[in-house]
Order: sequence, then structure tokens, then C-alpha cells
Amino acid sequence: MSFPDKHGHFGEFGGKYVPETLMALLEDLENVYAKLKSDKKFKSEFEFYLREYAGRPTNLYLAKRLSTYFKTLKIYLKREDLLHTGAHKINNTLGQVLVAKQMKKTRIIAETGAGQHGVATATAAALMGLECEIYMGAEDIERQALNVFRMKLLGAKVNPVTSGSKTLKDAMNEAIRDWVTNVSNTFYIIGSVAGPHPYPMMVRDFQSVIGREARKQFVTKEKKLPDYLVACVGGGSNAMGLFYSFFNDKRVKMIGVEAAGHGLSSGQHSATLTEGAIGVLHGSKSNLLQTKDGQIKIAHSIAAGLDYPGVGPEHSYFKKVGRAQYVSVTDQEAIGGLKLLCKQEGIIPALETSHAIAYLEKLARKVKGQKSVIVCLSGRGDKDVASIKNLI
Amino acid sequence: MNRIDQKFQELKKKKAFIAFITAGDPNLQTTEELVLAFEGAGVDIVELGIPFSDPLADGPTIQAASQRSLQKGTTLEKVFDLVQKIRTRSQIPICLMMYYNPIFHYGEERFVARAKACGVDGVIVPDLPPEEAKSLIRYARAKDLATVFFIAPTTTQSRIKHIVQASSGFIYYVSIAGVTGARQNIPSSYVKQIQLAKRYTKKPICVGFGISTPAQVKAIGKMADGVIVGSAIVSEIFKNKGNKNLVGNVSRFVKNLSK
Repeated sequence: MSFPDKHGHFGEFGGKYVPETLMALLEDLENVYAKLKSDKKFKSEFEFYLREYAGRPTNLYLAKRLSTYFKTLKIYLKREDLLHTGAHKINNTLGQVLVAKQMKKTRIIAETGAGQHGVATATAAALMGLECEIYMGAEDIERQALNVFRMKLLGAKVNPVTSGSKTLKDAMNEAIRDWVTNVSNTFYIIGSVAGPHPYPMMVRDFQSVIGREARKQFVTKEKKLPDYLVACVGGGSNAMGLFYSFFNDKRVKMIGVEAAGHGLSSGQHSATLTEGAIGVLHGSKSNLLQTKDGQIKIAHSIAAGLDYPGVGPEHSYFKKVGRAQYVSVTDQEAIGGLKLLCKQEGIIPALETSHAIAYLEKLARKVKGQKSVIVCLSGRGDKDVASIKNLI
Repeated sequence: MNRIDQKFQELKKKKAFIAFITAGDPNLQTTEELVLAFEGAGVDIVELGIPFSDPLADGPTIQAASQRSLQKGTTLEKVFDLVQKIRTRSQIPICLMMYYNPIFHYGEERFVARAKACGVDGVIVPDLPPEEAKSLIRYARAKDLATVFFIAPTTTQSRIKHIVQASSGFIYYVSIAGVTGARQNIPSSYVKQIQLAKRYTKKPICVGFGISTPAQVKAIGKMADGVIVGSAIVSEIFKNKGNKNLVGNVSRFVKNLSK
């Protein structure tokens, strides 16, 4: 498999839809990254930080009580929540910060929804001694106060974004505006498999360690491949990280779980692949929630990290060619998933991750016989405890 | 011949003054009156901004104008109707400046046909570099709709060659790395970049982004084939919100810039 093509296209998706000011930089980044990708020194430095700093490899944990609860599923959890900073996001920020250093950029910017990517970026920037500014929607700042404080502790400046829906989409608009303005010294660490080429590819590559490890661990334990992979999808980086290494294992079914918010029929959701139409936002062509006039709709999800009207272009491609299936669960179901994992396994998952857990209930009812599943436990839920206190 | 090409031919050595306004801010009726009044105020080409929910190349002034316009219910279809109406009274060249998603969603071929039929002369899409515009260029060429692409201070020589080829009508030089909006100082890098671009093309090169004062217009006009002012005019419209003399006041402001 060799996607994207050299122009950054995954079939009809992807590409580079950005203001001209950024084009030279993106070409530069493409060239630098292409060299680094096959550079042994870079690879070993990246692996060093993943291992010694972030805590890789993460465990592939057989969730026995949860499996017993569902009866028809044998569930393994890929424990990305155990990584430093509490989510898979650190895999990507460590990779990108090393690229930024190679490009001699002195200033890091990032957008964040739940704050997990913001924290992971602030962490990587602190580790490398780089200046760091994070853009975060004003609404998200409120519902993720703990992560805001963490970013500040780590030395980052957090800029509240008050335009539009005051969430992730608007934070990304503002980060791009900063990037266009400060392109000479600034590296934009995009947090998902989204944005203009080469970002979707680069972020996928950095996150693909999840699936590489999980595949090896599963085969060692079970002497076969899993029947299903399940992961939540906002922009889609943890899902792509898990799925990518299984692309050619055609019998392994991949399921991305989107946020149905208040329900698909309510119109208040973030189920981009389930309900969206093809369009262009934030640098690439992909599925989008949009109006009949091509204006971007405001997404909704209880999970700030899924609250985004777009999705990474490679997921659109996976859907189009039928390699992965995309489903959705509501806010309420996600809270149910969170409670279930707490009680069955003593693990508090992030609200984003809880969507993947919640889907297991539907999957358990659907399958015939007993099936094995790897769930990407993308993040831990400490950050959400305060905001869901009143809902439980 | 396209009205834009014709305009530059008429102007000869004179510099084009290009005015940007957001269509539908404060409402479409006022937009119509402004376009008609601009013709007498020294404006050579009008850029009509189509409001978009996520204008990531725009600074606060045009962001706010887009938001106001969307709240008024402005759509691409309504702006097409507006241009058609303007065409019964004026032949001033009109470009649509808009983000790519509404074009893509409308359908490129259908968009070009409808734009041309209404009397639109060109289209400027800040988030669509020529690499991703191949099909749009093909449809636009077939109907003689101009496709204006950008050169930025960061644009490399090899890209400049490609961009001037893809462009028709004129080439938009972005004076500063950044978003739209008035600036105190315009860096002088435009001089070198325009000289470089001129080696590869005879097409007019106009400079925009950040330009807000008559002195800036005059200084940049020495070097470029035209000057584009946007945010400063949009601010002036907002300042005159609710004022019965809005059109007159804004026209005077524009006249002062263009002379």
C-alpha cells in the first residue's frame, strides 16, 4: 500500500488546500520529512523518546471481566491511556517536535479540543526547550479546565478562541491564521490525521506505532489476528494509528466510532463519516458536516476531542474503499461506556475513548460465536471527571 | 473579451484600484448600491467576498463581516442574483472572492457556468493553490472566467512560474505573510517578488493584504499594476452601520484612497 500519492491524495481525498503563503513551507516539510523517514538516527531518536520518556510499548491488556460481561467478545485493550500525559497524543507530538527541531523552528503552535493534544504538545515543547502557544476554543477551556492548567504549568501560553462555535474547529482556524503569519519561525503541530499534506501521512506514521505493537502483541498472545479493531474517531488519529498496520490483513474488520452527540436525527452530533458530505476544510478534502450552501456546520459531542465537523482524509478513503466501517454512539451511550469500564475493569477512560467502549455493547449483540477485539484505549478520563460529575 | 482584461487594456499605464467588500454586509441591497457607487469613485474592479463560516485566511475585520452577512442569510445563489441585477446597470468588472468549499459543494462546472451567466468576470480562492485547481481552471478557461491565483512573500521561484501560468485576469500578490487586515507597515519584499514574477509574465500583478491608506496605495502603485484594499473599506462600512449616508460616506472614503 502506498498512500497518499506524491501530491498527498488518498484517492479523491487529502491534498493541500491552504493559502499560498504556506505552500513553500509545506513543500519544505515534505522534503525534510521524506528524508527523516528513512533516516536511522531520526528513527532511533524518536524511538528513544517513545520508550524512555513516553513509556512505550503500552500493554495489550486482556479485559477479562469486560469480556465475561459481554460473553460474545474477547476484548483486549491497547493501553495508550498509560502513556505519559495520559493519551496517545504524545506519540505524535514527540515525532513532530523532532521534525520541528530539524527544521530549526523555535516556536511551536497547536490547536486542541479536549486539551490532550495541547498538553502533549506543551510537554514535547518543554522537553525540547521550545516556545509554545496553544489555541483552544473558549467553550472547551471551560469544560477541560484541568488540562488548561496543565498546559500553563508546562510553560505554554493558552489562547482562548471565541469565534464561531468556540470549539476545536475554530481553534484550528486560529492556529492556521497564526501559522500563516509566523511561518518563518513557527512549526504547527497538528494533532490529528488531518490538515494539508504531509500532515495526515506524518501523523499517521507517528501514531502507527499503536497498531504495530498491538498486532505483534496480539499474535504472541493468541497465535492469530483479531477479528475486530475498534477505536473512536474525531479527527481520527488513534483509530488510524491502530488500523494502519492491519490494512493488508483483510479479514480483520475495522470499526471507527464517531460521536452521535444528542442523536443523529437531532442534527447535533459529530458523526462526519456517517452523515457528512465531501468537502474541503483546514487544508484537505474529506468528509464534512456542512449545509446545502457548503457552510461548515457546528458539531456537537460531549467529548471535546470528538467535537469536530471534519475527519482525516485517509478515513474517508478507508470508508470509500470499504476497508473500515464507521458507526456512531450518543453522548448518553458514551457515558454508559465510561461507567462500564470503570466498574468492570477499574479503568476510567476519557469521554472520547468511552465511545469505543460503548460500541462494544452493539458489537457483542451483532457477532456470531465468540470474536476477538482490540479496542484502542486512547486516553484516560481524569480530565473529564469534573465535567461529568453532574451527569452521572 | 473578459471585462477584467478589457479594463487593464483601457488603463494602459494607469494603475488599477480594486475594492473588496463582503457581499451582504450590512445587506445585499447596500452591496448593490455600493458597487454602483464605486464605479464613480475611481474603482476599476470590484471583489465581492462570499461569506464563509470558516474564513481562515481572514483577519478579524473580514471575519466579523462574513459572520454578519451569514446571519443576514447571504448565500452564493443570492450573490449570483445580485450580480445579475448589477449587470443591468453597470459593466464594472466583478470578481468573487471566496473559499473553496462552497464552490466544490456547488459543483465546479455548474459554478463556472452560473457565475459567467450572471456576469461575474473572475474568481479568487485563497485556500485553493493551482495544484488543486486543475479542473476549476479547465472549466473557467472554457467560459473565459478569470482565475486569479496568489503569489506570497514566501513563494519560491519555481512556484511563481507555475502560478503566473495558472492565473488569468490578474495575479494577486499578498504583501505580507499573514491574514487580511490593515497594517501600519507593508514590508518591501513585494518589490523583489514582483520583479521576479514579471520575468515570467506580462499579466497584471496587483498587490493586496494590509493596505489601508492613500499613501500606501500610492507607494505600492508605483511598482504594481494595481492595488487592492479590503479590510479598510469593510471597516468603513461597519462604522457607517445604520447611517442613511452609508453609501455616500463609504464612496468618499474609497475615492480618497483611489485618487
